[in-house]
Amino acid sequence: MAYKDEQLNEEKVFKDPVHRYVHVRDRVIWDLIATPEFQRLRRIKQLGTTNITFHGAEHSRFNHSLGVYEIVRRIIDNFQGRAHWNNDQRLLCMCAALLHDLGHGPFSHSFEKVFKLDHEYYTQAIILGDTVVHQILERVTPGFAQEVADVIAKTHSNKLVVSLISSQIDADRMDYLQRDAYFTGVSYGHFDMERILRVMRPIEDQVVIKSSGMHAVEDYIMSRYQMYWQVYFHPVTRSAEVILTKILHRAKHLYEMDYNFKLQPTHFLSFFLGKVSLDEYLKLDESIVHYYFQLWQEEDDKVLSDLCERFMNRRLFKYVEFNPNKQINDLMRLIQLFKQAGIDPEYYLVVDSSSDLPYDFYRPGEEEERLPIHLLMPNGALKELSRHSDIVESISGKKRTDHKLYFPKDFLYAIEDEKIIQEITEILYRKEL
Amino acid sequence: MLENHAKLMRFFSEAKQVTGRKKLQKMVYILQSFGIPFEEKFQFHFYGPYSEELTLRIEELCNLGFINEEKEVKSNYFQYHYSLTNDGTQFLNQFSVHMPNCSGSIELLQGKSSRFLELVSTMLYFKDLSKDEVEAKVHDVKPKQKYSEEELVEAWKLIDELALKLH
Repeated sequence: MAYKDEQLNEEKVFKDPVHRYVHVRDRVIWDLIATPEFQRLRRIKQLGTTNITFHGAEHSRFNHSLGVYEIVRRIIDNFQGRAHWNNDQRLLCMCAALLHDLGHGPFSHSFEKVFKLDHEYYTQAIILGDTVVHQILERVTPGFAQEVADVIAKTHSNKLVVSLISSQIDADRMDYLQRDAYFTGVSYGHFDMERILRVMRPIEDQVVIKSSGMHAVEDYIMSRYQMYWQVYFHPVTRSAEVILTKILHRAKHLYEMDYNFKLQPTHFLSFFLGKVSLDEYLKLDESIVHYYFQLWQEEDDKVLSDLCERFMNRRLFKYVEFNPNKQINDLMRLIQLFKQAGIDPEYYLVVDSSSDLPYDFYRPGEEEERLPIHLLMPNGALKELSRHSDIVESISGKKRTDHKLYFPKDFLYAIEDEKIIQEITEILYRKEL
Repeated sequence: MLENHAKLMRFFSEAKQVTGRKKLQKMVYILQSFGIPFEEKFQFHFYGPYSEELTLRIEELCNLGFINEEKEVKSNYFQYHYSLTNDGTQFLNQFSVHMPNCSGSIELLQGKSSRFLELVSTMLYFKDLSKDEVEAKVHDVKPKQKYSEEELVEAWKLIDELALKLH
């Protein structure tokens, strides 16, 4: 039997708190899960710094990747025998689902911003490079690794297959919303996925939703909306993310200034130099990052040691709402005052905007900006979701942006010049203090 | 701090007005491909390169009153027009941001249709491939658009022209 068709003697299952069981029958999937590149995902948390706010959020990219695979497997089971569905694409879909996050590193968002990296580049590099994952995919059939990489990059010619893994109602989102809700312990994020899977229909170039299932999709959009504000955009998590980003900036800056680290930051050198090989990238996981942060608390550089101490011990920055239009002069004045007080505003006064975060809301995709969720009407026509659902339309029109100004409040109490403290607090709190 | 917002406002200050969300996305992507330092992350989507970060940042600029978004109702769809407001101009005057002058290129792109810019941005997305491979990839990922030979020639011409202007 060809490797691509090989089935395990017995079905294997992973117990899963979200989907109850993740079922594996294909040898290829089983072998991919066992690779070092996939096992590495156990050491990368799905939600980065969110566990600082929601202590249960310790789940990993490994859990999530298995979950996405399981959802795609179930969707394909439902698609059997339907028009437009070609079952030859089954293994391709399941491999792409399983491997879609393979290139994520520790605290990906901050690392990508500071070191100008792209986890999608590394996903491609792992799938196409000299790795065990690549060997397995190429055993399926020569060129299969490239196909999987194309599906994940959304550049594959089969748009239907791409939309299963990546669209505005895809397996990726359906898993992470439920999984993140479960592990954070919030009551949002739950929706009737079984119903959605039942009303999904393949058409030529996308997956659409039978109009009778609209209410289940409304529930999904509401969950997505609630999770963004309550979990993903949580201001305390953002504070930890701000500090993390500043640590990385500071360490890089010190390296460039020939600062003499007490312990050579070996694992970070290629990141500082901007030339990170795949091998070096794969070696860095969260435990390594925490190891350095732990040690950097003892560094002579006061900024680096302070930021690391804050991150490790959850001594976070405080924040106030900030409107860049009305308060730009205030910000300029604060920068001056911080400098006068000996607090470096580059590291200790940070505007954080919602656009700095890697999450998105549902978008109706007007003017072909983005492909929306389409309802399949009884007459066979397609209708964009928000044109048919009042609930989705009202959410789509809401103001969904905000800006916050982060700073270490404890530092303000240590300023010796009373006038400076007074002026800073007046600006920050508008004389409320 | 707010530098990425300021860069986009500088873009609108030079463009005066941009019509169409898709067109806006493609214009920023094309300029970024030629080294204009926009920091927004783009991924390949159904209609070519798209940045959710850019969409959200534009939404922020509109909510802050720096950019004006005008919604025009057409026969069976909406069209959006974007321009810098007086508040946006004032903000830019206070905020120093380094952006190479690209007004000529912006003007050039404004004169093109969003369909054509979708083609150009898709070709640039696959710029690491050979010319023949790029053309094959365009037909592969965008079969419904049915781009003609003439359009491809025109797109290469625009890419060469932009390369001259922006390098």
